[in-house]
Amino acid sequence: MSLEYIISMITNNWPMFLRGAGMTLLISIIGTIFGAVIGLLAGVIRTIPTPERKLKRALLKIVNLILSVYIEFFRGTPMIVQAMVIFYGSALAFGVDMDRTLAAIFIVSINTGAYMAEIVRGGVISIDKGQFESAQAIGMNHVQTMWNVVLPQVIRNILPATGNQFIINIKDTSVLNVIGVTELYFQTKTVAGISFKYFEPFFIACILYFVMTFTVTLILRYIERKLDGPENYSMIGQPPPQLMLPKNAKID
Amino acid sequence: MDNVIEVQHLSKSFGNHEVLRDIDFSVNKGEVVCIIGSSGSGKSTLLRCINLLEKPSGGQIIYHGENILDEKHDIHAYRTKLGMVFQQFNLFNNHNVLNNCIVGQVKVLKRSKEDAEKIALKYLKVVGMDHYVNAQPKQLSGGQKQRVAIARALSMEPDVMLFDEPTSALDPEMVGEVLKVMKELAGTGLTMLVVTHEMEFAKEVADRVVFMDKGVIAEEGTPEQIFNNPREERTKTFLKRTLS
Ligand SMILES: Nc1ncnc2c1ncn2[C@@H]1O[C@H](COP(=O)(O)OP(=O)(O)OP(=O)(O)O)[C@@H](O)[C@H]1O
Ligand SMILES: [Mg+2]
Repeated sequence: MSLEYIISMITNNWPMFLRGAGMTLLISIIGTIFGAVIGLLAGVIRTIPTPERKLKRALLKIVNLILSVYIEFFRGTPMIVQAMVIFYGSALAFGVDMDRTLAAIFIVSINTGAYMAEIVRGGVISIDKGQFESAQAIGMNHVQTMWNVVLPQVIRNILPATGNQFIINIKDTSVLNVIGVTELYFQTKTVAGISFKYFEPFFIACILYFVMTFTVTLILRYIERKLDGPENYSMIGQPPPQLMLPKNAKID
Repeated sequence: MDNVIEVQHLSKSFGNHEVLRDIDFSVNKGEVVCIIGSSGSGKSTLLRCINLLEKPSGGQIIYHGENILDEKHDIHAYRTKLGMVFQQFNLFNNHNVLNNCIVGQVKVLKRSKEDAEKIALKYLKVVGMDHYVNAQPKQLSGGQKQRVAIARALSMEPDVMLFDEPTSALDPEMVGEVLKVMKELAGTGLTMLVVTHEMEFAKEVADRVVFMDKGVIAEEGTPEQIFNNPREERTKTFLKRTLS
């Protein structure tokens, strides 16, 4: 009975579920990417060594203070409350409703950014001091050191944490139904409202959420393996010089 | 004689711990200078002050007639002129062997990728690591890593090479291969400043030996003089302890 009902519910309502799942994915993908970029920037700024010059030092201190407030505030308040404050607050301040999808992406991005900033900071701190020193000894400035030596290693190291954040985002976008974003939870609620059934639509949503998060897990594992490169390297024998250059000799 | 680097009245304190005191010395072009001395005497700190990984507390470092401790001096450009080899190798973990030797040339010296590749291969050949261009640092032995680190520093074509106990982190059977490379380099007229515990190496290769003790240069001279006729009592004590 119930299984049949679930199947008929899917066949009757699949566009609703699909659109909801699509919206959930859209918000969480863009939110995670933006959040990771925000986190990288914030994390890198927060690990700049204290400059010699007084003016620069004061400036950095102010920027760091602002970043700390941002990070602590968004980590310390629930996203569901932030969504209400930002969405209705902006309506109050500017007299117009924000686009709900944009508001959703904005909220997820800054939330992810706050968490990622700490993850990145931890990632930078965990890189061996010798990596910084050898880069500096070769004449690299701070930006070159970060870009060419430290961040590639940090990104590899924080990939699991970023994946984790992505999965959290897929699940937590559900709270954005409070500002009427048509993500999966909102759509499921709508289906339930029309059909007066609760178990079946939410069971379907449950499966859909799991399929999304598990797919992300698998993709990230694959990327991690790719980034780690081959287990073995090929010895270069005595071929002519141009053959000695490895195919993957890109450094940009 | 042309001196490449001249250190005058250099001092360094960590908090109230004075690690270097009134150091005066210079490295001449084409010279191999070995710094010896007991653990904690400030050898590494001196080397790290010279390439500004540590900020000296006082004194001057003169390079090409200019005090590089002046605020306005471009320390990044200066550092490209000093090749540094660390005890712990410190190869860039995210680059393979070839790219370790290329990235500084391209990003800092702004050489073209083709030129950089040629130069990197030339020096990887010098250290006998040209067959390993594709390998990742984690796939190499300690001795191999250190030889790549030497090639990386040479690829920047510096005026002087600084070595901070390049063989101290190596298993005994790998010490030889690194010392052999360093001897060959010394033979080519490269200017080298080497902190070492390898007394045989210092005896054989150095033009001048500097003995440091408790943050000062206690004695310096030719290897024959330092090892055979040390003037200072503390030099004698140190040598007796290490050579026995
Ligand atoms: N970053 C630092 N902070 C505080 N003290 C330091 C620091 N680096 C070195 N020192 C101190 O400076 C002194 C000299 O250290 P240094 O590493 O230069 O000695 P060294 O001659 O290289 O010894 P070794 O042969 O063991 O390498 C030591 O007493 C050490 O504890
Ligand atoms: Mg030392």
